[in-house]
Amino acid sequence: MSAGLTRGAAAIVGVAESDLGEVAAGMSVIDLMAQGVAGALEDCGLSLSDVDGVFAAAGQSRMPTVALCEYLGVKPRYHDSTMQGGSSFMTHVAHAQAAIEAGLCEVAVIAYGSTQRSAGRKNVAPREYNPYETPFRPVMPASAYALAASRHFHQFGTTREQLAEIAVAARRWALMNPKAWEKSPLTASEVLGSRMVSHPLTVRDCCLVTDGGGALVMTSAARAKTLRKPPAYVLGTGESISHLTISNMADLTVTAARESGAQAYAMAGLKPKDIDVVQVYDAFTITTLLFLEDLGFCPKGEGGSFVMDGAIAPGGKLPVNTNGGGLSYCHPGMYGLFVLMEAVRQVRGECGERQVPGCETAIAHGNGGVLSAQSTVILGAASTL
Amino acid sequence: MTSRLTTSPVEQYREHLSRGELGYQADENGRAVFFPRVTAPKGFSGALTWKASAGLGTVYATTFISPKGESAYNVALVDMDEGFRLMSRVEGVAPDKVRIGMRVKARIHPAEGDEGPYPVFDLVEAA
Repeated sequence: MSAGLTRGAAAIVGVAESDLGEVAAGMSVIDLMAQGVAGALEDCGLSLSDVDGVFAAAGQSRMPTVALCEYLGVKPRYHDSTMQGGSSFMTHVAHAQAAIEAGLCEVAVIAYGSTQRSAGRKNVAPREYNPYETPFRPVMPASAYALAASRHFHQFGTTREQLAEIAVAARRWALMNPKAWEKSPLTASEVLGSRMVSHPLTVRDCCLVTDGGGALVMTSAARAKTLRKPPAYVLGTGESISHLTISNMADLTVTAARESGAQAYAMAGLKPKDIDVVQVYDAFTITTLLFLEDLGFCPKGEGGSFVMDGAIAPGGKLPVNTNGGGLSYCHPGMYGLFVLMEAVRQVRGECGERQVPGCETAIAHGNGGVLSAQSTVILGAASTL
Repeated sequence: MTSRLTTSPVEQYREHLSRGELGYQADENGRAVFFPRVTAPKGFSGALTWKASAGLGTVYATTFISPKGESAYNVALVDMDEGFRLMSRVEGVAPDKVRIGMRVKARIHPAEGDEGPYPVFDLVEAA
């Protein structure tokens, strides 16, 4: 995707969550998207009359941009409902930048909403019957990630204790985020002793099941400079799809984040060592580990030892998932939008207690499906242009 | 213009299973394709033809699930000797004792209720 896009030509200028956690009875996913859009426009000082691009994805809405436009009374010049699961929003950022650069729109909103917790997960996320997987009753998506973990354990000697460190680090960050769902400390032994969902993953190795939504506002670099808050410039983007079903993933220890990350780094002209804060979609503890490897923060196979001794927790050598992640902050089902929001807030320097000092660059990596659709965005402050 | 297909890929797969075979497709060079398709994916050549697997494979990845009040079961990915991979489960050994690298042999689990036949695996006994 990055070929053809210009580093720093567009920026994310507004971000906001909708209500999170467990929302009021009867709230729809479009209600949550609209809350997010209103908040994100307020964040940057723009209004609905400025919006001429609409991007949205949701597991519970077949035509989310059409529904959102009806709700907001907006007739956009450009809209896009690209749906690839949790990484949809990173791809929306790349597509919005393309549209902005091509003059197809100037102010784009990117929105998401989910009521999977209040509506009941079985009601909102029916899985397609797959004649080659469903008869074996995998607990999806957890079993897919468990299979990947089994390979990582086998090939590299990774352990359950190492995965537990990832859940503990996420919880420590979440305790500094007032919006986080989880409010109490978590120990590695609690992770290991929790209910096993699909071996080797316990319920504490798995993301939360919450409601939630939100929105981003994107515009051209020129317009971004005139707005309320410091822009988070899009320095690089990348996308790669490797499979849909876990049975068809060639090597369960290597994800397409390698390609999406490489594209994003190339466009940004940056290397992993240049990244100040790392936000990756942590659907499961193993997901964080795979992306740290595939995005180049440690060599393949060394993710387990890399995360030990609080290395990715507050005060560690690499700040990862500083909002508490899908493991401890919120996870409404397609978490990628929140990954981007935290990256923007860190680049702006507005994260309070959990702010990474001097943060100028952030990587926001999204995961869709079962390690299937990978999409990466690198953001930077004005100083990086 | 090709003629209309009389059976779908999944129905042909099920017909093989009903005959007690694990069916898969191969291209004109004998390269295996799985799941069954109407046309070959990129990198394969010629029309796909059906073959019956010899049934021997190696566990590639494994997990197990212990639902409340039910017996635990295994879910595995198995690499078949013919060069394709499928999801299945290994039986005849405790679900938590299935290991990557174990040699396994397919057996067709018969249809039950709404569920058609599907392949499961047993350990290949050490010679």
